[in-house]
Amino acid sequence: MPDARINVPQEVPRGRPFEVRVLIRHPMETGYRTDDTGKQIPRNVVTTFICRYNGEAVFSARLSPGIAANPYLRFFVTARESGELAFDWVDDRGVRGNERAIVTVV
Amino acid sequence: MTIAERRVTRRRALLAGGALAIAPWLPARADERDIATIPALAAFLAGRKPRWERIHLDLPGLADNGQAVPMKIVVDGPFAPGPYVKVIRLFSQRNPVPEMATFEFPVAVERVEVESRIRLAGTQRIVAVATMSDDALFAAGADVVVTIDACMDGT
Amino acid sequence: MWPVLALGVACCAGAATAQERVLPLSELRSGVTFAGSNVRAMQADDLANPAMLWVERGEKLWNTAAESSGKACASCHGAAQTSMRGVAASYPKFDANATALLDIEARINDCRTRRQQAPALARESEDLLALTAFVAYQSRGAPLAVTIDGPARAAFERGREFYFTRHGQMNIACTQCHDESWGKRLLAETISQGHPTAFPAYRLEWQSLGSLQRRLRACLFGIRAEMPAPGAPELTDLELYLAWRAQGLAIEAPGVRR
Repeated sequence: MPDARINVPQEVPRGRPFEVRVLIRHPMETGYRTDDTGKQIPRNVVTTFICRYNGEAVFSARLSPGIAANPYLRFFVTARESGELAFDWVDDRGVRGNERAIVTVV
Repeated sequence: MTIAERRVTRRRALLAGGALAIAPWLPARADERDIATIPALAAFLAGRKPRWERIHLDLPGLADNGQAVPMKIVVDGPFAPGPYVKVIRLFSQRNPVPEMATFEFPVAVERVEVESRIRLAGTQRIVAVATMSDDALFAAGADVVVTIDACMDGT
Repeated sequence: MWPVLALGVACCAGAATAQERVLPLSELRSGVTFAGSNVRAMQADDLANPAMLWVERGEKLWNTAAESSGKACASCHGAAQTSMRGVAASYPKFDANATALLDIEARINDCRTRRQQAPALARESEDLLALTAFVAYQSRGAPLAVTIDGPARAAFERGREFYFTRHGQMNIACTQCHDESWGKRLLAETISQGHPTAFPAYRLEWQSLGSLQRRLRACLFGIRAEMPAPGAPELTDLELYLAWRAQGLAIEAPGVRR
């Protein structure tokens, strides 16, 4: 599966906040469900998500089973220099995901 | 949704759900009573009193499905000059894990708006608390009615 | 182009059994119109619709060569945006080679086994859901237009029979909810007309994308009836009846439902 779908505007005006939208493929298994045999399905959620802008963390989220499956995040970042937005996340099992997006500041 | 619209929706939701929509008897406006009903929130605040203004927590009055409820948090600016939002914490009254999420802003941003989708283990109150760079606290609460499915799905 | 096509086919297929169509074309309403505003908003926005994760996966699979034959879907069909445009609107369809009624999932597996020498994908598996979502997505906006004549006729009759038969402990037939009671409330939900146009769909209850057959099985579970196994002919026959019943309604797949 693709790790995530990312949406950022291609061009953003300098100094203004721009919208970032992220949709991560992840079951966000709560740990409270049981399978068909009655056995508890272990918890596995994305625990940490970080957005770095040209290497500097600009937004991060600590998530829990209280966040729905296939977590969706929308937040704003202030446009400074053109460059790369790096998105990194990790789940309970230590599995990491990442995506990149280029933003052009005009 | 305006507060008026949300109240109408909630009323309609209670009528629709009937006996099965067990809405908690809570005041329409969030205030100090919320702190007592959410121990994790009380523990975080440790006696501090947030101001119940400036931060808005948008949640539907009646959830389509408790598995994925759209949520939006907005904190009103302006922030510059002056204190800016550092962290927003989300608390659940009834979920097994009451600390639902923490959103951090290491770098000040003039538009503080966060959207996600949350999971709710039943009808309850949710509270969002923003911590500013000068440690001031702002809070907002919202009720969500979560009903059971009309038809069970065993697939 | 789409409206002309719909009219043409609706006239042909509808004429033979016009008197049996319970819901006239003018009264057809997509399930999304019965959904809450949040579900509608999720479906309307491809960036927020979790189903698009499967569509993206499907596109990758479309271009991935099968190990044994070195053939990908794209090897024969080229760009899906062109070759698959409108195709989902004619499914389920009777396939002469397979001598059976095939829904999109069965068609994909038929292609895989017969043309790509690749193993069939299990129903509700991530890969089959992804490919089905990707193919159905290419027909978004196209009105359903299935054939019920010729070899498909028997399947259509069986599907219709199933739809009007009472099932399960609750002894309810599909028609009682979806023709006679649509728009009415069942607990906090509003009963829809039961159209298939949004499937495969991301159902919030499943926290995943699922096929139309999964949704049909879920309905049967809900009325305490025995569920045919995924891929069972009864389900495909029913899919055909539902597609005919919803003719003229535009495909929304992959949609979002509660």
